[in-house]
Amino acid sequence: MDKFIQHTGTGVPLRRSNVDTDQIIPAVYLKRVTRSGFEDGLFAAWRNDPEFVLNQEAFKKGTILVAGADFGTGSSREHAVWALQNYGFKVIISSRFADIFRGNSLKGGLLTVILEIDEVEALWAAIESDPNTPITVDLESRTVKHSGKSLPFVIDDYTRWRLMEGLDDIGLTMKQTDSIDGFEKNRSSLKPKTLPVKS
Amino acid sequence: MGKTLAEKIWAEHIVRQVDGEPDLLYIDLHLIHEVTSPQAFDGLRLTNRKVRRADLTIATEDHNVPTLNIDKPIADPVSKLQVDTLRANCKEFGIRIHSLGDKDQGVVHVVGPQLGITQPGMTIVCGDSHTSTHGAFGALAFGIGTSEVEHVLATQTLPLQRPKTMAINIEGSLKPGVTSKDIILAVIAKIGTGGGQGYVIEYRGSAIRALSMESRMTVCNMSIEAGARAGLIAPDQTTFDYIKGKPHAPEDFDAAVKYWSTLFTDKDAQFDVEVSLDANQLEPFVTWGTNPGQGLPLSGKVPNPAEITDTEARTAAERALVYMGLEAGTPLKSIAIDTVFLGSCTNGRIEDLRAAAEILKGKKIASTLRMLVVPGSARVRLEAEAEGLDKTFLEAGAEWRNAGCSMCLGMNPDQLAVGERSASTSNRNFEGRQGKGGRTHLVSPLVAAATALRGTLSSPADL
Repeated sequence: MDKFIQHTGTGVPLRRSNVDTDQIIPAVYLKRVTRSGFEDGLFAAWRNDPEFVLNQEAFKKGTILVAGADFGTGSSREHAVWALQNYGFKVIISSRFADIFRGNSLKGGLLTVILEIDEVEALWAAIESDPNTPITVDLESRTVKHSGKSLPFVIDDYTRWRLMEGLDDIGLTMKQTDSIDGFEKNRSSLKPKTLPVKS
Repeated sequence: MGKTLAEKIWAEHIVRQVDGEPDLLYIDLHLIHEVTSPQAFDGLRLTNRKVRRADLTIATEDHNVPTLNIDKPIADPVSKLQVDTLRANCKEFGIRIHSLGDKDQGVVHVVGPQLGITQPGMTIVCGDSHTSTHGAFGALAFGIGTSEVEHVLATQTLPLQRPKTMAINIEGSLKPGVTSKDIILAVIAKIGTGGGQGYVIEYRGSAIRALSMESRMTVCNMSIEAGARAGLIAPDQTTFDYIKGKPHAPEDFDAAVKYWSTLFTDKDAQFDVEVSLDANQLEPFVTWGTNPGQGLPLSGKVPNPAEITDTEARTAAERALVYMGLEAGTPLKSIAIDTVFLGSCTNGRIEDLRAAAEILKGKKIASTLRMLVVPGSARVRLEAEAEGLDKTFLEAGAEWRNAGCSMCLGMNPDQLAVGERSASTSNRNFEGRQGKGGRTHLVSPLVAAATALRGTLSSPADL
């Protein structure tokens, strides 16, 4: 995973709340067995509309998606994160994210930033009045900077450290194999096993 | 201070706990399916890692599979590749799989409970958000993404931030014609699609205690639609009776029951939030919009967005009405339906089929619509056929299909056409969920059956 320390780019205003992962990438696009190539499916149904924000020339180069509340609800499909990343997004800003989507995004290095709803509104206004408004998302100082403002955001220390170091979660857990072995030694024999097969 | 049930299960599974880091939690059961696992297995191969506990892992094929002609190769080559990939991965890593044609193939959340492999006090994960279903047994069960699937395959653990706890207390008794689906739709309408975000929900109260095991699964299944990753119900005699005799029921059943009986929320435990609902007041519920929180009693009317004060909710309602092709003020019962879908991990179990069949018995569905009946698993299908339910559905004019996720999500051949309107016992009414441009009203199996007979959204009382 690439390290994430700071990103500066322009924003894409997605003025919708409750953007579920079926909207981010419809199920018909989930059939690939790779992690790449999902950009075609990103917001597939909405992209048929020429007015849709991703179809507007002014926002084509945006790397920071600014969305309404409850972004990423519904299905656990990590393909939603891949589609956003494959398309070129580095950061998603919203006032609230669904739990599974947020977990997936932070595992995969797509930074999800929570700002207050009025700060999201102000950011939308700034981007819409000038799509070239530079936005800097600084994970080190945990701030979003735009239009002369510096807005703090919250992210736990551990996740921040892992993203800034670009560390693989599995590799970190593998270092705890002794603890896992120890846990398994004391695990109740009442717990079911899938093997051997009983029917 | 005492602990809540979720806190007890959490504590029992902590492998490692360090200040400033997420807890490392042991996972008792990992369910996998074709859609969210291929990239995880690829990851293992790339890093030369193994599956740590194939004996705590089980796979089935559900999202992609056709529900017709299952003896023939899957027609869609991309779907076929995904299913073939799962089969190859399971073979390579020694994982048990129930493939098309096997009696334990079916929707992953129907398969676990029917095998008796879903048990109280367990931690259960799957790369599918409706894993919360298994919480009905008093297990801590939640959906994960593909990176986490890989993590569990490699380590049988997950690093997780401890969730907050929410109690939803539902006292009273349900009126005839009101089901657990109506309970959960009413809960979601009350707390909203983000209301449970960051929480594990425990469903409590006399109305929950009175539910059958399968009805409890329906409630827990849709916890995610309220934003909660997990929802659970304390195990009791209903739970124990359901597990007894299942293939993977514990050999020392008495010892297991003794342990399971310790799994309840202590009297002096504190939830972070408590919500109450009066079961006596509930009516058959239906959604009118494009998220599961946009629901109302079936006796109501399509809401007028102009009367909604919250700006975001108003905008969302306006968009939803355009997408759904509905006019404000229209009585919900006058909405004509094109397709009735009975099935899914929410309502595709034998009790759901029995309840719908009882209403359809000896009658014909409206000539203006089609009805798909899709058992949640091949075992449910066999059970239904042994009871003659298939004949009831076929004689009523419905289609009797093979097991799978089917029309719950537009990923297999069972889809709505653009503008087509469904009454569906599934869990999501998102735009395009059941097929591009399709319009979904979420309902209970009873409302689905009554609607099939009348052609418009209806409850059994309307018959």
